[in-house]
Amino acid sequence: MSATEQALGRGKTENTAMVDIDELAFARKKRVEAIAKWVLPILVLSLSVWIWDRIVVVNAIPHYVLPRPGLVLQTLVDDWHTLYPSLLVTLQITLMALAVAIIGGVGLAVLFTQSKLAEMSFSPFAVILQVTPIVAIAPLIFIYIENRMVGLLLCAWIVAFFPILANTSLGLKSADHNLRDLMLIYKASRWQRLRYLQLPSALPYFLGGLRIAGGLALIGAVVAEYVAGTGGIGSGLAFRILEAGYRLNIPRMFAALLLIALTGVVIFAITTAISHFALRKWHESALKRE
Amino acid sequence: MTTQPRMILPAGQRAPVLSMQSVDKTFNGNVVALQRMSLTVNEGDFISLLGPSGCGKSTALRLIAGLMRPTLGRITWEGGQGADDLGVVFQEATLMPWTTVAKNVWLPFRLRGQSFAQVKDRIEEVLALVGLEKFANAYPRELSGGMKMRVSIARALVTNPRLILMDEPFAALDEITRQRLNDDLLNLKARTGATVIFVTHSVFESVFLSDRILVMAARPGRIIREIAVDAPYPRGIDWRTSPEYAQIARETSDTLMSTLAPEETH
Repeated sequence: MSATEQALGRGKTENTAMVDIDELAFARKKRVEAIAKWVLPILVLSLSVWIWDRIVVVNAIPHYVLPRPGLVLQTLVDDWHTLYPSLLVTLQITLMALAVAIIGGVGLAVLFTQSKLAEMSFSPFAVILQVTPIVAIAPLIFIYIENRMVGLLLCAWIVAFFPILANTSLGLKSADHNLRDLMLIYKASRWQRLRYLQLPSALPYFLGGLRIAGGLALIGAVVAEYVAGTGGIGSGLAFRILEAGYRLNIPRMFAALLLIALTGVVIFAITTAISHFALRKWHESALKRE
Repeated sequence: MTTQPRMILPAGQRAPVLSMQSVDKTFNGNVVALQRMSLTVNEGDFISLLGPSGCGKSTALRLIAGLMRPTLGRITWEGGQGADDLGVVFQEATLMPWTTVAKNVWLPFRLRGQSFAQVKDRIEEVLALVGLEKFANAYPRELSGGMKMRVSIARALVTNPRLILMDEPFAALDEITRQRLNDDLLNLKARTGATVIFVTHSVFESVFLSDRILVMAARPGRIIREIAVDAPYPRGIDWRTSPEYAQIARETSDTLMSTLAPEETH
């Protein structure tokens, strides 16, 4: 219960002039915002889907050009036996790439902060990998790497690891200078300084990078699948979209697309939740303002 | 583990803790931050380094803290420097925001590999000393500026160090909080027998707190005069409003102003 509401409650029960018009207006505005926060997005989304449906019906657009939303859902259910294994494949590549990106990104960031020479030597490679579009690198990767799974994983990793590396490096370097002096005064070892000062300082930055990397890992996995094409063992969601495209099975393309989008949203929600729970006790970003 | 407070002997009978002998610090080969600074710190001293900005008082503190090495001269600890000999309080409270007050105070012990359970009693004792025993499990962000500074002082005190360095610790606080912390600091000193070097640019603070004031001048940074404040501890409002206090403050202020005179003729 906020201070405002408490003031309101007291004002009502004791019937004293605790609440003025401004406070009432403020309280009402907060209530409206709390409801609108959930209702508005749902409303707008439903409305958009309804308009989509109306456009298809009114213009009598055939389902192989643009299916009705209902048909997309129907296809999702009907084709679940092919789409679900594909979802698992894409999800597996995404999560493995994200895991390797976390290990690689944090590992490299720690290495860079421990050794200036290592940073000077290797950071240009990290930047080059990052700025070169993955679609340009991917065909080469699939030439040299026999195993499709490893190739896909590598592509997704290249896309996902940089935000984690960049953010964690920044975080490790942004430890409070006085605290660093304090560590020197107390003769902390390099490991202690990393463990007790630099890693906790870097946590909010790392979590910010993780949120970006989660989405990028999915994008990397999907893009890599496209590049790998239908010739390989590919059976992820991107492969399903390609395959359905060749067969002009437009509803299934939409259904696969919907699954990819939902996967992205779920990944974002999970990383946001992790970030919130890790920081809620102390970091400005996770604190509620009074 | 509890620690016995040290006895404070009268000035003149105190054993030396640390000495600086003709210490010079030059930056980039030509900026003289500190010139021929000599100082003997005795057990139980409350020394203020008072001076305008650029007089090298913070440089002196960093040298004593071992954060940098003197260009010339020597800094020696009587009997060598042990691991727990030094406590430091910075201008900001410098707490780790991600952990609780008690865990922050634990830091010096933690870095020696002592578990929280091992030193829990000592941490509670020192938190009680600064009046924060109820806030052991609070996070720093939940505390006011003055309370954060108390945590910082508790952290400096927790190892019962031979010397505590304070670098303008109360400069960022409001006047009312500052006076309370000044009172409390003297209380703490009386109860723990700590030896303190206190950097400040406030004449009144230095006269209120210290028994030795080292007035410093800038360009090059150096000590120009030592003023002894003989008034006995404990000191309180009576001392703050006494004629002797006003007189020493006047004298200190005049000395400080004399160091600024050349600059005004520029």
